[in-house]
Amino acid sequence: MPLDLLQEARRQAEICNACRYCEGYCSVFPALHQKRVFTDGDITQLANLCHNCRGCYYACQYTAPHEFDLNLPKALAEVRRDSWERFAWPAPAARAFHTHGTMIAAASVLGFALLFLAIRAIGSAGGEGFYAALSHNAMVAIFAPAFLFPLASLAVGLRRYWRSVGGARIRWAHLVGAFGMVAKMKDLAAGHGDGCNFEEEDRFSHARRYAHQLVMYGFLLCFAATSAGTVMHYGFGLHAPYGLFSLPKLLGVPGGVMLAAGTGWIAWLKLSADREVGDATAWGGEMGFVLLLGFVAVSGLALYALGGTGAMPLMLALHLGAVLSFFLLTPYTKMAHGFYRLAALVRDAQRKQETAPGTGNEATA
Amino acid sequence: MTSQFDIAVIGGGNAALCAAMTAAEAGARVLILETAPKSYRGGNSRHTRNFRCMHGGPLGPLVDSYGEEEYFADLLKVTSGKTDEGLARLAIRTSEECLPWMEAHGVRFQPSLSGTLSLARTNAFFMGGGKSLVNAYYRTAESLGVEVLYEAAVTHLELEGDRIAWVDYTHEGATHRIEPKAVIVASGGFQADTEWLTRAWGPAAENFLIRGTPYNRGVVLADLLEQGVSQVGDPTQCHAVAIDGRAPKFDGGIVTRLDCVPFSIVVNKDAERFYDEGEDVWPKRYAIWGRLVAAQPDQVGYVIIDAKSLELFMPSVFPPIKADTLEELADKMGLPPAKLRATVEAFNAACGDTSAFHPTELDGVATTGLEPPKTNWARPITEPPFYGYSLRTGVTFTYLGLKVDETAQCSTESGPIRNLWAAGETMAGSILGQGYLAGFGMTIGTVFGRIAGREAAAYAA
Repeated sequence: MPLDLLQEARRQAEICNACRYCEGYCSVFPALHQKRVFTDGDITQLANLCHNCRGCYYACQYTAPHEFDLNLPKALAEVRRDSWERFAWPAPAARAFHTHGTMIAAASVLGFALLFLAIRAIGSAGGEGFYAALSHNAMVAIFAPAFLFPLASLAVGLRRYWRSVGGARIRWAHLVGAFGMVAKMKDLAAGHGDGCNFEEEDRFSHARRYAHQLVMYGFLLCFAATSAGTVMHYGFGLHAPYGLFSLPKLLGVPGGVMLAAGTGWIAWLKLSADREVGDATAWGGEMGFVLLLGFVAVSGLALYALGGTGAMPLMLALHLGAVLSFFLLTPYTKMAHGFYRLAALVRDAQRKQETAPGTGNEATA
Repeated sequence: MTSQFDIAVIGGGNAALCAAMTAAEAGARVLILETAPKSYRGGNSRHTRNFRCMHGGPLGPLVDSYGEEEYFADLLKVTSGKTDEGLARLAIRTSEECLPWMEAHGVRFQPSLSGTLSLARTNAFFMGGGKSLVNAYYRTAESLGVEVLYEAAVTHLELEGDRIAWVDYTHEGATHRIEPKAVIVASGGFQADTEWLTRAWGPAAENFLIRGTPYNRGVVLADLLEQGVSQVGDPTQCHAVAIDGRAPKFDGGIVTRLDCVPFSIVVNKDAERFYDEGEDVWPKRYAIWGRLVAAQPDQVGYVIIDAKSLELFMPSVFPPIKADTLEELADKMGLPPAKLRATVEAFNAACGDTSAFHPTELDGVATTGLEPPKTNWARPITEPPFYGYSLRTGVTFTYLGLKVDETAQCSTESGPIRNLWAAGETMAGSILGQGYLAGFGMTIGTVFGRIAGREAAAYAA
């Protein structure tokens, strides 16, 4: 099966390479046009550079019913998801969650249940606020491994990816280039800056780009809030609950609102987009992941709002349960894409440097 | 029956859309009748990629300047003077104001594509190519209130004295008749009608491939010519290039072109060379090779290169035929092996000092004492593996069309037809008597589409 996916993407890439009309859209085409033959690693790298903006699909004169039957965003999306499944450690976990939204829902319910049990069984050691429901030490005991394990797993996957695409030693300039692309989500703006084709066929719009920015920056703010809390707890002996004008709240509340709004927007856009111009088999898994991430945000905000009421222990179990599932599933769900995309963009920054004018590597004809 | 529409535009490509948008902006109620289904809308425009544009200084993606005289001189070179100077200069001069107009109507440009750097000064490339231009124009046209009917095949325009009285078309299995105040014909040439091509070219035309839309069958053109509407152009003249012989019969488009001729020798099916492969850089020569191949037996040519030239040109959609010896290559390609070896050896013997070889410039590395000569990039074919491609004639569009004046208006012997205008490939023969200049088809379509839209709207108002 993976061989077929790679072969189909290769067939399409060779047609694209003879056309080149889409050169200005995104990072994929300049990288593609530099090759004459495509190794499996080349195709994997192109697949992970593709952001499924679909500009090339709607501009293509060779889409079905034409006999060349091009659908590059779909072919690359399938290779991409397959690469995440192949590189993941352990791989069966990735195969279970990337394509199955119901599995993500089941994992989330399991997370809730675990936290309910923890609250009932371990409970509080007489702490304040949330710690009245579940002690700080119990939380750390659950979440430290749940945070570190996915990081270790991702590291294994990324290492496999890097080897597969022939990555070189990473330098500061590569990181600057790659993070610059991510910060502006440049590949979703298209070369002309009008955005991508997603929710309404060939109409260009920034909706998906902006929604994704909300999710990404919202998530990063939430993550920063948690980090700030950890530093305050251990570094300064300042324990939760924190007031509205404390760093965790100043970062976390706007972050939660952005994350909730962004995930809702993306889910809505996904409902309008043509599933056949992406990886249709992974639609459920992707949607499940977006909804889980949205639930993390909404339950976090609800927990803040209801923290002083009797609903607090219930909300705490729901929120922490969702967070737990989200963390543990990171290497095996769409969340992994952020890491692989970044790796692909770092690799692309290396490619650009390797072929900068004057090095003698530029195409001659 | 009077129509709810002021103007019917026949065709759905670049010229039709430029006409429809211009007319709608002038307040006219416009209906586009496009023969193709939505997925194939846009005629040949969906395969185009650039617009040749005059400019006094840097403009959009274009660098330096490209003046009217230089542009016109380029046109004279390719047409050998067979052009209408007044119309040609009108197209050239107006092209400069078209580029910002195109951007304002949704077209986005990109820097010259890799492999086409020689066109960076003269041709503005559409980001995503012609289909993205077509998509943008349909969105803009619809936002201006233009109505579009797909799979609407116009069968007849009734010429009554000096005006078109009605338009007949079929749509969803039924025939319809409308009586718009004005009609714009922008439905291309007749190249997809093989029988018509055969009448003009003889049986050779059956071996031609059609690079673009299968929907340009010249139905409206034939209908108007039969009723005495003035025509222009020679039925054997067309934009024809040499393309990969394995391309599909229709709609193969850009990916079937082969850029390797300058680095090769090209032989016919008897393994004989027939033309100077290195006469000029490929962008200036690709358009003559269609006719050269058409003149060979069975309308087929064979490109032969060796290993050292394989990476000098853009990859094409079909991989080359590969062999370790010339005889094996000849076998695989159906050529007489001994004859191919003799031809290659004669060519190799005529090659001289190749140290000045430069793949992107006229390098003067030529053969001596060979007929026909190869005047640039002549390097002996010696390094295995050897590679071959077959070449066939690929027709883009035919030049026989409707004669128009500087207002894009059609006429009969007795004078102008009051409410009939034409734009695009269907009238391009007025300017292109023969030959072709890359990106000029889109210039003609845009300039005359806008003129036709403006004139028809003024008439209908």
